[in-house]
Amino acid sequence: MKRDSLQIDSNGQLRHFLSISGLNRQVLNDILDTAESFAGVTEQTVKKVPLLRGKTIVNLFFEASTRTRTTFELAAKRLSADVLNINITQSSAAKGETLLDTLRNLEAMHVDMFVVRHADSGAAHFIANNVAAHTRVINAGDGRHSHPTQAMLDMFTIRRVKGPDFGRLRVAIVGDIQHSRVARSQIHALNLLNTGEVRIVAPKTLLPAHAESLGTHVFHNLQQGIKDVDVIIMLRLQHERMQGALLPSEHEYFELFGLTEDKLAFASPDVTVMHPGPINRGVEMDSEVADGKRSVILEQVTHGIAVRMAVMSMAMSSKDTTPG
Amino acid sequence: MSDLEDTATIIDDMVTQLAEHISHPGYTNPAIVGIHTGGVWVAEQLHRQLGITEPLGSLDISFYRDDFTRIGMNPVVKPSELPFSIDDRHIILVDDVLFTGRTIRAALNELFDYGRPASIMLATLIDRGGRELPIQANIVGRHVELKPDEQIKLSGPEPMKLEIQKTA
Repeated sequence: MKRDSLQIDSNGQLRHFLSISGLNRQVLNDILDTAESFAGVTEQTVKKVPLLRGKTIVNLFFEASTRTRTTFELAAKRLSADVLNINITQSSAAKGETLLDTLRNLEAMHVDMFVVRHADSGAAHFIANNVAAHTRVINAGDGRHSHPTQAMLDMFTIRRVKGPDFGRLRVAIVGDIQHSRVARSQIHALNLLNTGEVRIVAPKTLLPAHAESLGTHVFHNLQQGIKDVDVIIMLRLQHERMQGALLPSEHEYFELFGLTEDKLAFASPDVTVMHPGPINRGVEMDSEVADGKRSVILEQVTHGIAVRMAVMSMAMSSKDTTPG
Repeated sequence: MSDLEDTATIIDDMVTQLAEHISHPGYTNPAIVGIHTGGVWVAEQLHRQLGITEPLGSLDISFYRDDFTRIGMNPVVKPSELPFSIDDRHIILVDDVLFTGRTIRAALNELFDYGRPASIMLATLIDRGGRELPIQANIVGRHVELKPDEQIKLSGPEPMKLEIQKTA
């Protein structure tokens, strides 16, 4: 396979982290192993390592986010980097400055890394193609395309709960696949890690046109879709990305696709329930499930910090300064 | 290639020296911490032979190195494990080969991020000189004189073996 020369440098090291597709199993496992080491930093009295001391990281958020931005910020701070949060929706873009001009101005301040969240698919790739050679870019979610750090923290969570052998696992991703960048990244990551079976479960209106071609089994019925699965990943209903009437009502969605303790009985007895957040309680799942003993939703948040520390330090340690 | 002694003999000598230190009144409940990877092998031996009750600790100093911006990240970082409180603890820090002292500087910084130890003592299997920092070991298994183009390496863990190699 041809090397993804934007994401992987000439030494095979991670340079930019933009999407799961284009990476290989070795890089994914390196990220998970490195994250495992960083998870221990939280146990220190001083929850910090000096790895990125003197580096400047800019969280460039063109789209609202609390959890992702906060965990990226904490990750950068635990690596001892200096962090700036720039919320473009309420700044330069509103004054008419182009993305490239914004970028050039920040580069003139000697920024080492951009963490980018944007409503348009491909925004992070565009920025990675246009930054100075020593600058690194991490995708924190672009349009419907990709959210690779969320996918990796989900893989990290699965590995911690179920062990390193993904081959024996059945994983079901349930909900709004069509509008979800998280689902796309998760499917790529699960396939790269050789997951035994990846299922997607959704009403037909919330599935992309060629869902089968993603290397998954497609189900339109929740009970059948989660039968005997080891991991259920629930997705958030993306109101803000929905155009037109794709669902009759949230109530009906909950009746058919909402996860309840009753429906969970169809899954494997030691099933693990995940959700990238924020949860719409009573829409995607019952509070009883969200707060129940099978749920690892808050662990996912915690793991997000270690995984983001891993990705940031790996990209920052790439020595390659030739343009992709 | 000079003849190097059996590591077991050198470790026996270290145990004798350490036993003397540990017997001092007030030096209570010490903990042994090995530095990855060779230091952990030596630390395991010392821990067993000295009959230390606290579990063995290990440090991977990769995140504390001073050359990250020059040579990047170690691809095989292992989590540090300190399964006891560092605060007010007497720590015996163990490494295989003491050379420039930069590894020990990093290890000391990492230990202090876990707490405030009562004391830290440094024990090393080999001291080969060549310090670039004001650091010295309390317990030295053997002093070894090396030529400028030579390095000494511990392989292991079963069996542990010291080897002098030409640097490329």
